[in-house]
Amino acid sequence: MIYSEKVMEHFQNPRNVGTIKDADGIGEVGNPVCGDMMTFYIKVKDNRLIDVKFQTFGCGAAIAVSSMVSELAIGKTLEEALQITNDMIAEELGGLPKNKLHCSNLGADALHAAIMDYKKKQAAAAKPKEAEKVEAEEKKEEACCCPYCDGPIEGLENYCTQCEVELVECPHCGHYTKKGEAACVNCGASLES
Amino acid sequence: MKRVYLDHIAGTPVRPEVVEAMLPFLREKFGNAQSLHSEGQEAAAALEEAREKVAALIGAKASEIYFTSSGSEANNFALKGMALARKDKARHLVISAIEHQSVLHSAKSLEKLGFETTLVPVDRFGLVDPQEVKKALRPDTALVSIMLANSEVGTIQPIKEMAAFCREKGVPMHTDAVAAAGNIPIDVNDLGVDALSLVGHQFYGPKGAGALYLRKGTRILPLIDGGIQEGGRRAGTEDVAAIVGLGKAAEIAQKEMASWAQALKPLRDRLLQELPKIIPQVIATGHPERRLPYHASFCVEFIEGESMLLHLDMQGFATSSGSACTSRALKASHVLLAMGLDHALAQGSIVLSLIDGIKSEDIDRLLEVFPPIVERLRKMSPLYTQFLEGRKP
Repeated sequence: MIYSEKVMEHFQNPRNVGTIKDADGIGEVGNPVCGDMMTFYIKVKDNRLIDVKFQTFGCGAAIAVSSMVSELAIGKTLEEALQITNDMIAEELGGLPKNKLHCSNLGADALHAAIMDYKKKQAAAAKPKEAEKVEAEEKKEEACCCPYCDGPIEGLENYCTQCEVELVECPHCGHYTKKGEAACVNCGASLES
Repeated sequence: MKRVYLDHIAGTPVRPEVVEAMLPFLREKFGNAQSLHSEGQEAAAALEEAREKVAALIGAKASEIYFTSSGSEANNFALKGMALARKDKARHLVISAIEHQSVLHSAKSLEKLGFETTLVPVDRFGLVDPQEVKKALRPDTALVSIMLANSEVGTIQPIKEMAAFCREKGVPMHTDAVAAAGNIPIDVNDLGVDALSLVGHQFYGPKGAGALYLRKGTRILPLIDGGIQEGGRRAGTEDVAAIVGLGKAAEIAQKEMASWAQALKPLRDRLLQELPKIIPQVIATGHPERRLPYHASFCVEFIEGESMLLHLDMQGFATSSGSACTSRALKASHVLLAMGLDHALAQGSIVLSLIDGIKSEDIDRLLEVFPPIVERLRKMSPLYTQFLEGRKP
């Protein structure tokens, strides 16, 4: 088996599957082009995650990662939850195959996106200026990493060493996509020149 | 739990008679086929016997068979060897969009050496229109290579018509018959091809031995330079045991291929007809009629292939998928994309390729365990939720 026992256990019995109708924050990452999609729903009370649910379209690793992320996040403060990293998730799962590490990034990203969504909504409710700040923060976070594994991209080479793919920058939104793909994985703009 | 192996395309089990035929060449008959002593000559004779049997499987002459270590090597040998042999006059290649990686990547390598490639498209059934091949031919075309049957969707191509167009123009034609040879009748003279790749582990032979058929008079440059093995066209000490196994498997396949197909076709058809009926939003991929007798393939909407494969494995079924997550390169199947399927649908690919010995009860059980697996995965799929809510995914 390519996966650890822990991964298979979470894959077979994923925790916290589902949606939250009146969620305080929703984070959606990935798309079918790169293979995985995750949507996280969070419920926040007194700055703490009192409920986390997810839906995932993806491989065994993606499902196990989502389950583990939800388990790790429930009960944590927002600050603590934002500290959950891809490394932590992979470690808790007893390791992931190298070419599946990007799934753990996706899991952390989806949770963080849900928290940012919550913060944005809070800020918007408080005053509009704050909302802009949160948006700027979000932009910064998205900059210049491989969309598949979050690894660094080598200078002008546009090459991710971690997942060994060549990448191209989208002329529309600046995000990276695997070379040869017809559309940007972030904004869907055509990459065929 | 009983294991049911439905991954013919990854490799069939080895027939006991094949193992028996191979064993002496791993034990006492260890000679190097190039040696002049009795041990060597015994091995050389075994190689020639295997060559006769492989030739007989495809209606070729023994002198037209060159042994290789794999199907990929045979494809590399054909593409690079035949193209480079003609590179002074011709630097254009014609291949289809759904070829195996060993053909696609060989063409890519040749492009780095100055060749140009025309990728011929396929329709939604994975079929190449022979007229498209004809249209793609140029005065400087060095080689046409179109696969006989595709392992991901099972579609069988009208090679004979394409070969006729190539012959008219004097362009050599190769066909990758790895998924087809030993499973459907092949006659190289009837097909009219100049080269054909095959491999033993697709018809109950061992891994590690394949062959390239090369019509007498067809020019080729060796990939592996060295000694005089395989007429100087493929150097390297021969894997006698594996080649003997390939020969034995070819001999058996020639006799039994028709009965394998007769037994597997109804089971294949049951899968093709019933799965899309018992599970909503499932489509059968590939051509409904022009397809390999052992091959059924599908795309299941809203879920991903690897997670299906893992659940089926836990239920005792070995299957394969062309989803991005299943491939180490994390790319969705180029075959399904070339057939016009979108990425999300291609991610739901599942291939059920049958082997000799599969029973009707095995298919009953598969049809029983499959729907709950799909339902379970769909329950956790955001795409399915979007679909149910009427939002466009």
